[in-house]
Amino acid sequence: MALQSLDIVRRSATTIPAPQARGATAGAVAKLIDVSKCIGCKACQVACMEWNDLRDEIGSCVGTYTNPPDLSDQSWTLMRFTEYENPKGDLEWLIRKDGCMHCADPGCLKACPSPGAIVQYANGIVDFHEENCIGCGYCITGCPFNVPRISKKDHKAYKCTLCSDRVAVGLEPACVKACPTGAIVFGSKTDMQRHAADRVEDLKSRGFDQAGLYDPSGVGGTHVMYVLHHADQPQLYADLPKDPQISAFVKVWKGISKPLALLGIAAAALTGFLHYVGIGPNETTREDEEAARRELEKPS
Amino acid sequence: MTNHWVDIRNADLVLIMGGNAAEAHPCGFKWVTEAKAHNKARLIVVDPRFTRSAAIADYYAPIRTGTDIVFLGAVINYLLTNDKIQHEYVRNYTDLSFIVKEGFAFEQGLFSGYDAQARKYDKSSWDYELGDDGYVRTDPTFAHPRCVYNLLKQHYSRYTPEMVERICGTVQEKFLHIAEQIASTATTDRAMTIMYALGWTQHSVGSQMIRCAAMVQLLLGNIGIAGGGMNALRGHSNIQGFTDLGLLSNLLPGYLTLPGEKEQDYAKYIAARAPRPLRPNQLSYWQNYSKFHVSLMKAWWGDAATAQNDWGYEWLPKLDKAYDLLLAIELMNQGKMNGYICQGFNPLAAAPNKAKAIAGFSQLKYLIVMDPLATETSEFWRNHGEHNDVDPTKIQTEVFRLPTSLFAEEDGAFVNSGRWLQWHWKGAEPPGEARSDLEIMAGLFTRIRKLYQSEGGAYPDPIVKLAWPYANPDSPTADELAKEYSGRALKDLPDPKDPTRIIRKAGEQLAGFAELRDDGSTVSGCWIFCGAWGPTGNLMARRDNSDPTGIGNTLNWAWAWPANRRVLYNRASCDAGGKPFNPARKLVGWNGAAWGGADVPDYKADEDPANGMGPFIMLPEGVARLFARDAMNEGPFPEHYEPFETPLAANPLNPDQPLALNNPIARVFQGDREAFGKSDRFPHVATTYRLTEHFHYWTKHVELNAILQPEQFVEIGEALAKEIGVAAGERVRVTSNRGYITAVAMVTKRIKALRVDGKTVHTVGIPIHWGFTGTAKTGFLANTLTPVVGDGNSQTPEFKSFLVRVEKA
Repeated sequence: MALQSLDIVRRSATTIPAPQARGATAGAVAKLIDVSKCIGCKACQVACMEWNDLRDEIGSCVGTYTNPPDLSDQSWTLMRFTEYENPKGDLEWLIRKDGCMHCADPGCLKACPSPGAIVQYANGIVDFHEENCIGCGYCITGCPFNVPRISKKDHKAYKCTLCSDRVAVGLEPACVKACPTGAIVFGSKTDMQRHAADRVEDLKSRGFDQAGLYDPSGVGGTHVMYVLHHADQPQLYADLPKDPQISAFVKVWKGISKPLALLGIAAAALTGFLHYVGIGPNETTREDEEAARRELEKPS
Repeated sequence: MTNHWVDIRNADLVLIMGGNAAEAHPCGFKWVTEAKAHNKARLIVVDPRFTRSAAIADYYAPIRTGTDIVFLGAVINYLLTNDKIQHEYVRNYTDLSFIVKEGFAFEQGLFSGYDAQARKYDKSSWDYELGDDGYVRTDPTFAHPRCVYNLLKQHYSRYTPEMVERICGTVQEKFLHIAEQIASTATTDRAMTIMYALGWTQHSVGSQMIRCAAMVQLLLGNIGIAGGGMNALRGHSNIQGFTDLGLLSNLLPGYLTLPGEKEQDYAKYIAARAPRPLRPNQLSYWQNYSKFHVSLMKAWWGDAATAQNDWGYEWLPKLDKAYDLLLAIELMNQGKMNGYICQGFNPLAAAPNKAKAIAGFSQLKYLIVMDPLATETSEFWRNHGEHNDVDPTKIQTEVFRLPTSLFAEEDGAFVNSGRWLQWHWKGAEPPGEARSDLEIMAGLFTRIRKLYQSEGGAYPDPIVKLAWPYANPDSPTADELAKEYSGRALKDLPDPKDPTRIIRKAGEQLAGFAELRDDGSTVSGCWIFCGAWGPTGNLMARRDNSDPTGIGNTLNWAWAWPANRRVLYNRASCDAGGKPFNPARKLVGWNGAAWGGADVPDYKADEDPANGMGPFIMLPEGVARLFARDAMNEGPFPEHYEPFETPLAANPLNPDQPLALNNPIARVFQGDREAFGKSDRFPHVATTYRLTEHFHYWTKHVELNAILQPEQFVEIGEALAKEIGVAAGERVRVTSNRGYITAVAMVTKRIKALRVDGKTVHTVGIPIHWGFTGTAKTGFLANTLTPVVGDGNSQTPEFKSFLVRVEKA
C-alpha cells in the first residue's frame, strides 16, 4: 500500500471548496471483513484499544459473548455474536465485527453542524476531528449504522478512524494487522472487491448460494465491506441494515430544509431592501429621542 | 504434532475433535483458513458444544463428552466394512498382517490378563506371535483369524452407527456423513489432518481416544504425509518443550525414561530400552538408547560419570511409582509430602477438586511459588470470602513467593506444537525484585550444594557431583544451557568408518544425535535437541522463511526436533519403491542412491527401499502398530469406558460387566472415589474449557483481557434454562459432589440436549478463567467442581466429563 495523502474532500458545515490539485492516485481504500473466516477472537478489539489508547470499563457478563456489550467512546469496534438456526435446522454462529462503515456518502458528515468536526479524505476515510466537535449528537442521527458514541467524559463523538494515522503512512489498520485468520484485509477498494469475489465463489461452492459482498449503494457504497454467507439477509448479522439510507431527518435538515432556510434568509434580506427602496430608512424625531433619554434617566 | 502448523494448509479435510483450535489456538488456526481458502479444504468439527471452530466449519456434529472412542471406533468399523483403507500403506507400513499370540482375548469389555483386585493387567498375552527365527509371524493375505486385521475388525464390529447414536447422542445421519468424508481421504491424492488438544487428553480414557484417532489415520494412510498427521495443539507456548525436556516425573530429557525400582542393573536398564528388530532388516532406532543416555549422564555429572560407575546410574532415582500431580496432592493429604515448589504453576487452580488441594497445601511445612503473578496458589491460605472460604488461623504452611521474570524479559527458546525450537531475545528488564527462573533455581542449587558440602547428609553424591560448568554459577545463561542440551564432543571423535579421520574436534558442538557415543566422549543434555546449537551456531535463531518447494516446510526457519525434520514418519509418504504416493505433495523420495526432498528424510538416508526397511524406524517392527502390544495400560485396542461420573448406569457396549463401566485400570484413591457424584443427585453433564479472550489463570490479571471477558459465566442450553427457569444474564449455582460455584448464565442454542441411551442429557459448559486474584471480576476456581481421577496412562485429570446440578442462584 502506498502512502496516502490526508487531503480532505469534504468537511462538515463548510462551504470553502476542497483542495483538488492532488487526487488519491492509489484509489480509495477499503477494509474487507470476511465474516465466513472470522472466529470472533476479539484480537481486533484489543489491537484497536492498544493503537488508539482506549480502555473500556471492566464490565459485566450480560449473558453473551459480545463484550463490552456495545460500542462506546472507548470501544470503536466490537464483535457481535448471533446464533441463527437456518431453515435446514442447522445452527450458524454469525460473528460480525461492528464499527464505522466509512460510507462514501457519509450521513454523519452531512448531519454535522460544526465546521470541520467531520471530514472525509480523498482515500475515502471518514474521520472525526473531536477538537471541533460540539457534542450535539447529530452524527448519531445521521448514521444509518448506529456507530458514533458520545463520550461521558468530554461530550464529544468518537468512532473508528480506520486508523487514518496508520493508513497515511502506508500501514494497514491495527485490527487488520492483528487478525489471526485473515478475516480482515485491507487495500484499494477495487482490490478488495476482487478478493471478495473469490471469497463469494468459494462460499457458493460450500452451499451458501446467497453469499455476497455487502457494499450498500444507499450510502454510496462503503469503505468497510463485508463478505456475508447470507448477503440476501444482512439483518441476520446483528441487525446489519439491508438497505441503509441516510435518515430522513438528515435529509430534511441538509436536503429540503437547507434551501428553504436559505430562501427564508434571502426573503428577509429582500424585504428589508424593498422597504429601504420603497419607503426609505426609518428615522426618529427629536421628541422620540427626548422621551428615550428621560426614560433612561428615571431613578429606579 | 507429527506435522506442523504451516503444514495444515496442505490438508483436504480438517477434523477438529477433542479440541477447539479457533478458540484456544487462534493464531495457528489461520492455517485451517488457509487450507479452506487455497486448498478448498473442508472443515469438520465434532464437539459437545457448537464452538468458535464450529462457527466456520463446513460441518458440525454434537457428541456427548467422554464418548469419542465410540465415535472413532465406529469410523474404524466404517472404513473396514466399506473397504476405505489405503491398501498399499496398511499392508507395508502397519502391523495389520501380524499374527497375535494365542491367549490374547477380549470379553465383555475386558482384555485377557485382568486382575480386578489390583486394577491392573498382566500384559503378557498382548503380543505378537514370534517364529523360530525370532521375528513376528505374518499373514499378508489377512486370512489368519488372529492376524491384527481380523482382530481389529472383530473388535470394532460392535461400534455401529446405532451405537454412536445411543452412546454419543450423535444422530446416525450426521455420523455417517462425517464417516463418509473421512473415508474420502483413503485415496493417495487426499489428506486429512486431525487437530486435538485437551478435549481428548483430559479424560480417564484420554490417551486411548488419541490412539483411536491415530489408528483411523493409519488405516487411511494419513500419517507421514503432507497435510496429514495427528496434531496435538499444545497449550502453553512452551509446553512441548516441557515434555521434550522430561519434566514429567517418570521421564528423562528426550523421552528417555527413569528406571523403576526393580531396575538396579544398568545393563538391564539399557537392554530393556534398546529392542532388537522384530522383523528382518528393521532399524529399531532405540537400539542407540545407550548413546543418548550416556551423553545425558555426561551433561549431568560430567567427569564424575564414568564407565566404571555406569555413568552415575546409581545416582538416578529409581521409581516405585510415577509421582504425578494427583499423587503429590494425595501424599500431602496423607502427610507424606511436606514441601512443594511450584515453578510457573498454579496447582490450586490446575489440580482437580480444589478442596482437596487446599487440604493438602494446608498440611505442608512450606510452599514455594515462583511466578510473575500473585497466583491463587500463593494465596490459598487467605480468606477471599465465598471464593476461597478458608480460616488462615488454622493454616501453618509457610509460603514463599519468588517473583520471576516473564518470557519477554529473558533470552531462550520456545518449542512450539510443531516441534520447532524458536529462539527469542530479551525485550525488557524484569520489574522490581523479579529474577529469571534460571537464576532462582541456580541460587537454590548452589546454596543446597554448599550445605551438603559443609554438613554432609543422607546421600550427598547426586548433588555435590552434579556438573555446574557455568561462568556465573548463580546465574547460568540461556546460551550456556542451549549449548549443553544440544551437545558437544568431549574428545576428538574419529569417523567410525575411517578412524584416521576426525569428524569433530574436542569441544566442538555436534551437528546431530547421529554423532552421539556411549563411551563418554560426547555430551548432550537432550538428545532430540542435538544439533539445535550446532558447529555453525544457534540454528534456533534462524529466520529465513523461504520455501523453495512451496510445501511450507521452511527448513531454514528456526530448527525442529528431531534433526530439523518437519514431518515425522515422512518416509511413509512414499510407496514401497520410494516414489511419493502423491507427487503433488512430495515430501521426500528415493532417487536410486539417496533419500531427499522438501524435508529431512525420516529414514536411513542411503537405504535402498528394496530392502524392506519400514518407515516407523523407532519401533522394532519398523511398521506402525494398530495393535499396541503392551504400550497402553487399558489394552492393545481402544475400548470405550464411561467417564467416572456418568449419566448412564451401565456401559451400553458391555452392559453385563460392571467392571467395564469406567476405565478398569484408572487409579482412584479411596477418598476420591467417595467424592464421586451419581446422576440421581447430579443429573447434568459438565465439561470445562478455555476461552479465546483469556489464557488460563494469567490474563485475568491483564486489563485488556479483563475488558473482553470480565466476569465468570457458565453456558447452558435453552432446554435446560427453561427447565430450571433461568434467563440469559441471571445467575446460576452449579454444584458437584465436591463443591459449588455461582456464575452468570449464558443461555445458548450452541449446546443442545442430547438423547443418550433413552434419556435426555443436558451439557453444562464451564470456562475456567476466573479466580480470586487478578483484575477481572473475581470468581470461583472451576476446579472446585472437578473429580480426582486421571487418565490411565498419563494421569491427566478428567476435567472434561463430570456430573453437576445446575439451579437458579
